[in-house]
Amino acid sequence: MSGGVDSAVAAARAVEAGHDVVGVHLALSRMPGTLRTGSRGCCTIEDSMDAQRVANLLEIPYYVWDFSERFKEDVVDDFVAEYTAGRTPNPCMRCNERIKFAALLEKALALGFDAVVTGHYAKVLPGPSGELELHRASAEAKDQSYVLGVLTAEQLAHAWFPLGDTPSKELVRQEAERRGLAVARKPDSYDICFIPDGDTKGWLADRVGETPGDIVDRTGAVVGSHDGAHAYTVGQRRGLRLGTPAPDGRPRFVLEVRPKENTVVVGPKEALATAEIAGSRFSWAGLDPVASGLVGADGEDFECEVQIRAHADPVPAVARIDRGGEGAAELVVRPTQPLDGVAPGQTAVVYVGTRVLGQCTIDRTVSAVPVGA
Amino acid sequence: MPVYLDHAATTPMRPEAVAALTAALGTVGNPASIHSAGQRAKRSLEESRAVVAATLDADPIELVFTGNGTEAINLAIKGLSWQRQHDAERPRIVLPAGEHHATLDTVEWLAAHEGAEIVELPLDELGRLDVDALAAELEANADRIALVTMLWANNEVGTVQPVARVAELTAAAGVPLHLDAVAAYGQLPVGLHALRAESGAQPGAGLVAISVSAHKIGGPAGIGALVLDRTGRIEPLIHGGGQQRRVRSGTQDVAAAASFAAAAEAVALRLDADAERMAALRDRLIAGVAAVAPDAVLSGDPAPSGRLPGNAHFAFPGCEGDSLLFLLDAAGVAVSTGSACQAGVPEPSHVLLAMGRSESEARGALRITLGHDSSEDDVDAFLAALPAAHERAAKAGLAARRTSFDR
Repeated sequence: MSGGVDSAVAAARAVEAGHDVVGVHLALSRMPGTLRTGSRGCCTIEDSMDAQRVANLLEIPYYVWDFSERFKEDVVDDFVAEYTAGRTPNPCMRCNERIKFAALLEKALALGFDAVVTGHYAKVLPGPSGELELHRASAEAKDQSYVLGVLTAEQLAHAWFPLGDTPSKELVRQEAERRGLAVARKPDSYDICFIPDGDTKGWLADRVGETPGDIVDRTGAVVGSHDGAHAYTVGQRRGLRLGTPAPDGRPRFVLEVRPKENTVVVGPKEALATAEIAGSRFSWAGLDPVASGLVGADGEDFECEVQIRAHADPVPAVARIDRGGEGAAELVVRPTQPLDGVAPGQTAVVYVGTRVLGQCTIDRTVSAVPVGA
Repeated sequence: MPVYLDHAATTPMRPEAVAALTAALGTVGNPASIHSAGQRAKRSLEESRAVVAATLDADPIELVFTGNGTEAINLAIKGLSWQRQHDAERPRIVLPAGEHHATLDTVEWLAAHEGAEIVELPLDELGRLDVDALAAELEANADRIALVTMLWANNEVGTVQPVARVAELTAAAGVPLHLDAVAAYGQLPVGLHALRAESGAQPGAGLVAISVSAHKIGGPAGIGALVLDRTGRIEPLIHGGGQQRRVRSGTQDVAAAASFAAAAEAVALRLDADAERMAALRDRLIAGVAAVAPDAVLSGDPAPSGRLPGNAHFAFPGCEGDSLLFLLDAAGVAVSTGSACQAGVPEPSHVLLAMGRSESEARGALRITLGHDSSEDDVDAFLAALPAAHERAAKAGLAARRTSFDR
């Protein structure tokens, strides 16, 4: 129970369904702020008190469990490491993967609970063979199946998302009002919870410092300089301050961040187009494609949709599992139309209809436009 | 029937304290008023003051009622520190590690805002002050020390500090000493005059101030007291109508004082017998825990006389204190992890860290504290609930480090 409206209503529905429910607020910071600020809706003392008020109204016990150490190691440190390696991580996914549906779930099971209930907008449904599947929520605009794409069959078996069937967030807010929950109109949280002011660039600079370096074009020619490569993300156009104009006079975009060389690679918009993405860190949210009957054997292509950001539109694609001979197996996804602005470190979630099939963390991308083309 | 074993947090109000409070709430009168209603209130207040002062081996004029123990501690530390700057520069505030947050946060504030120098002396593995380190500090810096402040007994692990020795050292050095007796009061004899006399204290030096709180002894929350020796000089925190020797202005709470006095009187009448009874229950509890969890480590002094009679504190290796707390709570037994909580956010105990325990050891801490109303049945109920809770918490403890969901 973050102190927000979604987990409050999820808890209320779980209680109403007759379960023996205990409210848990995760302490993820050793130094929580006191008051809510800006658009944030979790993690301060005030939010913890909001969650407790909901638990009191529902007449359920309420505890704060401290996962601050694991959160720092598995989410915050990982976030810094990914950025320093030139990748663009999604810390909310990492938190679901490592904290909410790993550390918290395992502790809960050990303590005698059966499931973790959250206010995520997604559905867990039985598939044709009875195996559990993860699906998009009824509330399209709020669907959070993307950030849950990392869950495995075992985790889905102990997860319950009571808001999955509700057609809109507004209905959840109305229900919260009907139930007398004080958080009914509390603003949504959008920012990364451990970067309170939303200034990711400044937060990273405080931790990893800023080392000036070169901005180069795809041929390696120096066209400008930067104050720290980690401040740049693939697809970025603004703030490049290039000294040398492009020969064709057209705007240039960040194509790649190379932390080892401390360089940022820029080029024309067309060069952002990605024809193929692949990652060796992949997982299936339930049955894998073979067991799901999508492909007869490994190595064959199957049709799907791929989504590369929490709020991006899914695009049609074909995917396959490449056993890779000597190397690690990879999930390889080729969108039917090239995708723009794909960065290593992002998660590609693969859907078949509304069903989340699985996901991979993107290790490499193949540009649709070769150098010199 | 829920079992309450967290008396160090707060203890149930004694029936005589409830009776005194409710009786006094029905009367009117500001003790500062001159008319008869005021005089009746004043009489009740001063009778209460005399009773509480007597339980602390002090004269009534030496007892200053405060809003709680934390306020008494703030008043002692800030008030002495400010007063001690009048005739000389004395920036040093000397204290052992592992003090209560009421002390730690106060001295940290003085350091951050007023240039105080915090001199933190080490604890041994039992949580006891290194007296030699104090002697050395007093020897080297007596003329630059504003005050020494120390817990009479530690609120988490129950270790009783070498109070008499510290009183002697500070008396000899001419430095004022404040003792935070919030945890000790009602469990051990706590008092001013005899200790001052035995330690050879001169005016304004040695033991001059003792902080206590009513709700730890079966009185109401919302009232505490600072015992301030008549020779001790202090700057007030709160200015106003000049009540209580101008040390603590503000209309005095007659009803709370009456309730505090009723609880204090009950404590004083039976202190030895109660302490003996609590110590026997505590030893039974400690033996019972050793039988259930042989690897559990008793924190603090294992010698019965070296710890508070109501305190048992353990580190359960491989378990998290908050898991044990949750499972025992679900089984109807209220205990504590013993460490500071802000809106329920746990952090590893700075006391255990100061005693040389690791963070992971500190995470397994569980404090079980007995009080005036504790019974054998309470201890038995705890010991009956512990095996299942311990087994589950050990399983859950593994989850806190690495889980089978990791990949």
